[in-house]
Amino acid sequence: MPTVADIEELLEEVKDPEIPVISIRELGVLREVKVLGDEVEVTITPTYSGCPAMDVMKIDVEKALHDAGIERFSVKQALSPAWSTDWISERGRKKLLDYGIAPPPHSADIRTLKGGAPVTACPQCGSTDTVLVSHFGSTACKALYKCNTCKEPFDLFKCL
Amino acid sequence: MTVQEALFRYALRLGDNSLVLGHRNSEWCGHGPVLEEDIAQANIALDLIGQARNYLTYAGEVEDKGRSEDALAYLRGEREYLNVHLVELPKGDYARTIVRSFLFDAFHLPLQQALATGKDERLKGIAEKAVKEVTYHLRHSSEWLVRFGDGTDESHRRAQEALDDLWRYTGELFTPDEAEEVLAQAGIAPKLDTIRMEWSATVDRVLKEATLTRPADGWMASGGKKGVHTEHLGPMLAEMQTLQRSYPGVEW
Repeated sequence: MPTVADIEELLEEVKDPEIPVISIRELGVLREVKVLGDEVEVTITPTYSGCPAMDVMKIDVEKALHDAGIERFSVKQALSPAWSTDWISERGRKKLLDYGIAPPPHSADIRTLKGGAPVTACPQCGSTDTVLVSHFGSTACKALYKCNTCKEPFDLFKCL
Repeated sequence: MTVQEALFRYALRLGDNSLVLGHRNSEWCGHGPVLEEDIAQANIALDLIGQARNYLTYAGEVEDKGRSEDALAYLRGEREYLNVHLVELPKGDYARTIVRSFLFDAFHLPLQQALATGKDERLKGIAEKAVKEVTYHLRHSSEWLVRFGDGTDESHRRAQEALDDLWRYTGELFTPDEAEEVLAQAGIAPKLDTIRMEWSATVDRVLKEATLTRPADGWMASGGKKGVHTEHLGPMLAEMQTLQRSYPGVEW
């Protein structure tokens, strides 16, 4: 039987279908892996209540486990504790930035949740002369920004 | 009414409020006044429908008769829906949509905050997620309300008209039915008069900034909580349910 670490490594291959550079582990969506006898139990948590990528991620996890020859497994969804952007790993944040999505501000910065616009650097040119266009971007988890320096629009993974 | 029966009705109510408002907001998809708002409404609708899925799944489990979230959403008739009237009214123009969302969001946020500290683990888990989403919803509707109210004469006029029209639907939010009373007693649901105080403070603060006038409390509509709806819910459900009704059990 594979160990928990083996499974975790295996699931590194399961990416967010909407941001295919970041794994569900780096995203913090993968909450727990348990090996119970000959059965693997994986727990994932949604980023947003209505995140349409959740069903795809569940299927992708099941496929990865199946392809690795694991016969008995279950994928559970847990709502609590609620996912936070603070769970995105440092490596995940770096990957988002490289992909052209500004990583989320830390929620420890309560101003962000309370509505004060965070200072957001443009992922293209690094300028901080950026402006919020809309709190709701291409997906529920992103806000739409515009850079005044390079004039490019970009997504910010918004703080949750 | 036992706590179990009350919990079923309450989970349905929470789900129905989110589902119906989510469906109404989704009607803007492809019709938004500007692209960013089109996307924003679709996103907010997605959050609400996601919350509805959580609630309806739970309601089905509490009822324990094998009804899934889909069965509850697609196969219940109008009189079995327990949402408040406010959420089922037509979307109207964008000012009306924003005013309706604002009046609901200002109620929804303190409600979810209270549920997140309640005694029912499942409602608590759903609320912990929803609180973060609804915080964004309230911020969005508040900002647009200020923009309309403190904008041009025309936008101000339309926002004030919508506010005057919709005010009569706010009373129902805070009038508990038996299920809410039973659950408040059990420490599962909050007392609605405490939610009303928070709602009222938010409304006053934002209306002031929006230079809009808070309407006087007069006659208040009610009935949604016991399944008696306005003439608008039936046609909306007919559209929402037509696929499942026409092809029972069909999967996307």
